[in-house]
Amino acid sequence: MSHKVIVPIGPYHPLQEEPEFFQLYVDGERVVDIDIIIGYNHRGIEQLAETKHFDQVAFLVERICGICSSSHPYAYVLAVEDILGGEREVVPERALYIRTIIDELQRLHSHLLWLGLAGHFIGYNTVWMWAWKYREPVLDCFEMITGNRQNYAMFKIGGVRRDIKDEDIPVLKKALDELVPAIEMFRGAVMDDPVIKMRLKEAGTLTKQQAIDWCVVGPTARASGINIDIRRDEPYGVTDRVNWSVIIENDGDVFAKTIVRILEMNESVHIIRQCLEKMPKGKIDADIKDVPPGEGIGRVEAPRGECFHYIRSDGTNRPVRLKIRAPSFMNVASDKVAAVGGTISDAALTLAAVDPCYCCTARLAVIDKPSNKKIMNGWDLVKLSQEKTEKLKQGLSDTGK
Amino acid sequence: MDFKLKALTKSIWVFHVSAGSCNNCDIEILDCLTPRFDLERFGIQLIGSVRHADAILITGAMNRKSVPRMKKIYEQAPKPCVVVAVGQCALSRHMFRFSYNVKEPLDNILPVDLYIPGCPPRPEAIIDGIVKLVNKIRENK
Repeated sequence: MSHKVIVPIGPYHPLQEEPEFFQLYVDGERVVDIDIIIGYNHRGIEQLAETKHFDQVAFLVERICGICSSSHPYAYVLAVEDILGGEREVVPERALYIRTIIDELQRLHSHLLWLGLAGHFIGYNTVWMWAWKYREPVLDCFEMITGNRQNYAMFKIGGVRRDIKDEDIPVLKKALDELVPAIEMFRGAVMDDPVIKMRLKEAGTLTKQQAIDWCVVGPTARASGINIDIRRDEPYGVTDRVNWSVIIENDGDVFAKTIVRILEMNESVHIIRQCLEKMPKGKIDADIKDVPPGEGIGRVEAPRGECFHYIRSDGTNRPVRLKIRAPSFMNVASDKVAAVGGTISDAALTLAAVDPCYCCTARLAVIDKPSNKKIMNGWDLVKLSQEKTEKLKQGLSDTGK
Repeated sequence: MDFKLKALTKSIWVFHVSAGSCNNCDIEILDCLTPRFDLERFGIQLIGSVRHADAILITGAMNRKSVPRMKKIYEQAPKPCVVVAVGQCALSRHMFRFSYNVKEPLDNILPVDLYIPGCPPRPEAIIDGIVKLVNKIRENK
């Protein structure tokens, strides 16, 4: 206890893009406790939303997070449409399909992004480069449909802003067809590679009970064997009119979280293909003029988990209150149990495994508690993690001989 | 500009700071390094410590918590060092202009050498901006 060392991670380092500050208390190699300090990214969005009118807020909430830039506006428009009578009553049929397509395309790009970063953390830079390479065609699809690679601005109260043109559909299908073998390759790479398996198995385990206790959501919960998915539990868009399945793993370690995300990409491709087949012709916007007084909620399964928006309207053109609960807010807290007990070289990976959206959260360095001297930054931690993989590889090749 | 900076233009080491952004600009910066855009062919590399940096890329609207840290980061950087503001938030605070927590634009706090607009700027725009900056430094002598 006297040799407790604090390892600060964050708040500004080049790997996790957003600022977030972790303090790891370590005893030798073991992590004994962890402090999470967030708030380096606070921009006062909830208050700003009260100063903008309903249509503008959709653009504002889009900029909460760049990776889930369709989940937040989607949850927001769902909340407003909840006041108006529900998404299914208000929104034209074609717009529902377009919304689902955009939401699933976003899941594809987000999971590929995470897979790349996870590969980088364990020293497999090839996985990083390849995952991001295959992410580019998805962004091209976004650009083709919405006009922007990120921040699509597709969602509006009562519909969507842009239509998917008929000539775009074959291009979209072709991009998906090319993505499927890539996903298959990643699945093979992760499942069959003995080093990745040794490295990720039993790292940062979150048991089912812990997952329930810490209220984790999304792929983090599904990797611990909890059967939740907002797309199935409370369908929005057309998620209940297409066939797909919820991916569940029981181990709760980083390996399970990776597998869940990779298999979910397959489901997303499956959903988009069905949507493109079934999509009817027609209007894409319901021309909503006024929002009546009332309260509404919107829940969307973002790539990281349940994204929740609450809105209250008093009949004017501005919301009186907007409350947002982002999925990472719940998931990041679970690091407290997942990282504790593991080794410090697993910490960077475990912290990254929940796919934290640091836009809501800070970063890491090491201070020796008795002397307060030893400083280690996030970069050194990643190096430590990469060295461990290297050692495992070495050990494997030695036994092979 | 001075000889030292001119020499650095052959291989700029970049430190990236997210001062309260929405992540999009940060993703696009990382995107620049991946196979399609491949910034490393210009000798540009992302590094882990600001003490090795020749350029600091700053994204996002600076909030009260990040302003003092941003000054500290700039002080730690070896001079000469160029500061690049990436994205609309770093340029003008974008839609967070009237937020209670976002008090000052970036150029009131640090000397900014290059502005790259866009929400987010495309990787091509970031590469174009950096190449322009490199050319300018080389011409200025």
